[in-house]
Amino acid sequence: MLEIKNLHAKVGEKEILKGIDLTIRDGEIHALMGTNGAGKSTLSNVIVGNPNYEVTEGSIMFNGQDLLAMNPEERAHAGIFMSFQAPIEIPGVSMTNFMRAAVNARREAQGKEPLKSTDFLKVMREKRKLVEIDQKLMNRSVNEGFSGGERKRNEIFQMAMLEPTFCILDETDSGLDVDALRIVAEGFNKLRTPETSAIVITHYQRLLDYIRPDFVHVLIGGRIVKTGTAELAQQIEEQGFDWIKEELA
Amino acid sequence: MTSEQQYIELYREAGDLIKSKSCAVMNAVRDEAFEAFQRVGFPTKKVERYKYTDVATAFAPNYGISLSPLTVKPSAYIYNIIDAPIDVAPYYHQVADKTDAITALNTALVHDALLVYVPKNTLVSDPIVVDNWLRGNAATMMNRRILIVMEQGSDATIIINDHAADKQRFLTTQVVEVYCHDNARLDLYEIEETTPLCSRFSNVYIHEGRDCSVKHNSITLFNGQTRNLCDVYLRGENSEVTLNGCAIGGGTQRIDNNTLIRHEVPNCTSNELYKYVVDDKSVGAFAGKILVDKDAQKTTSQETNANLCASSDARMYTQPMLEIYADDVKCAHGSTVGVMDEAALFYMRQRGIPEAEARTLLKNAFMGQVIDQIKFEPLRQKLYVKVEKRFRGELDKCEDCRLCK
Repeated sequence: MLEIKNLHAKVGEKEILKGIDLTIRDGEIHALMGTNGAGKSTLSNVIVGNPNYEVTEGSIMFNGQDLLAMNPEERAHAGIFMSFQAPIEIPGVSMTNFMRAAVNARREAQGKEPLKSTDFLKVMREKRKLVEIDQKLMNRSVNEGFSGGERKRNEIFQMAMLEPTFCILDETDSGLDVDALRIVAEGFNKLRTPETSAIVITHYQRLLDYIRPDFVHVLIGGRIVKTGTAELAQQIEEQGFDWIKEELA
Repeated sequence: MTSEQQYIELYREAGDLIKSKSCAVMNAVRDEAFEAFQRVGFPTKKVERYKYTDVATAFAPNYGISLSPLTVKPSAYIYNIIDAPIDVAPYYHQVADKTDAITALNTALVHDALLVYVPKNTLVSDPIVVDNWLRGNAATMMNRRILIVMEQGSDATIIINDHAADKQRFLTTQVVEVYCHDNARLDLYEIEETTPLCSRFSNVYIHEGRDCSVKHNSITLFNGQTRNLCDVYLRGENSEVTLNGCAIGGGTQRIDNNTLIRHEVPNCTSNELYKYVVDDKSVGAFAGKILVDKDAQKTTSQETNANLCASSDARMYTQPMLEIYADDVKCAHGSTVGVMDEAALFYMRQRGIPEAEARTLLKNAFMGQVIDQIKFEPLRQKLYVKVEKRFRGELDKCEDCRLCK
């Protein structure tokens, strides 16, 4: 599904990613762990095409397409979704209108007619239940006045609406209490199909208790320095990253 | 020849003709206004209230002047001033600033006027709609005059629509005088939807007595060059005024709004919110002054001007001003000029919303705050649609207009 080769990227003048190689096949969940500033968020932002990040070398192929040649909306239409670490407020744009624009843009890209208003609202209602998000939030401006937990839930709700095939959960667990974490993680699991793959960025083991990763990668200094299975996350939870750094040295 | 000269000569040649087509109350102040115009001339950019608009250049081309009579469809409360049911002499050219060049020129050249008269204690439930149509097969100057008299305890909504029916160069001067007697309520909407060939110079003057409430909304959806002046005089206690403005610029359009709210007596409230979205190479200017006289204690005033520059070539000038001579007042003013929120744009694009659509949504959301303030619901709904169409580039002609097909 996703194939990253020798990826280098910088923000401003600072090189953050220094040669990432990563292959993700259909249906696989890859957890990405690492110290602060290691490049986890940079990697996700590069995959979704954030214009603040510049790729200097390497390639990303997504289902055979050259991802780096596509703009952010084309990548979204191709099935890529990112749950933002810090979801953005958009004053004056209601959640309903925002979602309608997003859903219909995707349908248009797929050559489908826009959803009829009643059908759209019906889909909204069904997906809302999945992540237990309140109807009254839908009439508010996007993320405006949402609590930290509501924002994260709202990300998963948007994912439900857009039915992506490849998801990036960028610290979706941070700022969530235990119950909210369960709702968000279970929501994600319900939305998964056997083909859905994902990168899950987290600092904590607890999200991975719900979303079992097939692989765990450790990112330090802009490179993937270690790859293992779910047990590696457990080990990091207990021992931190120092032992990995020592291995490297 | 200076730009003024052709108007001075025009008046000398055609003054008598204009008078013959006009009425006594308008002719009574005509020569005096002409002399004022001759004396002051067109304001240069050194004149504080005109620093953002080059008036002389706008008036320099040779326009034909329209002396066709006003057509007033018979309807309640709207009259040709000739048929006024009241003596209008105490109002006509009495609220206006006689030293303003545009007002002076308008008063000298205008041959007929529209009167909106709402009698004492009359509540007009349906809005009074005034449609201005610019028509002509040659470049034409139109001088328009509207007098609104709200008697004691009256209540009305007035909507003034500006359309251009022909793709022709039009230069419009407009003077609107509003006289609100005690306890009157007025919602006044001005909506301009013309063409890039139109230049508009509009001066609105509002007098408020005691316990009045006036809301003025100035909406520039589509235009060429627009200069709107709005002066409000709070002359009776416990009155309030709200001035709202929505200005959308694109292409090489220019929109200059200049307002003055003068608190002359205690215990009045004023609120002002003007928002601009300027795109392409358009230029926006806002200058608003709140003047609180020495005796106007317990004044409450809030003035806000917020602007979005949607392109790097667009320009916005903003100048909020407070001038306070009383010592027990609560006044605030502020202005912001910002660019498109890049983080919000990216967030929307990640969800698959194409960049152009995302920009439209953001501009629309920004302007929504002003449209939200419109009290008359059907107009508010209509403007949500129009503003959105404007941002989508679908409003290059006025849709209500059967002539534009």
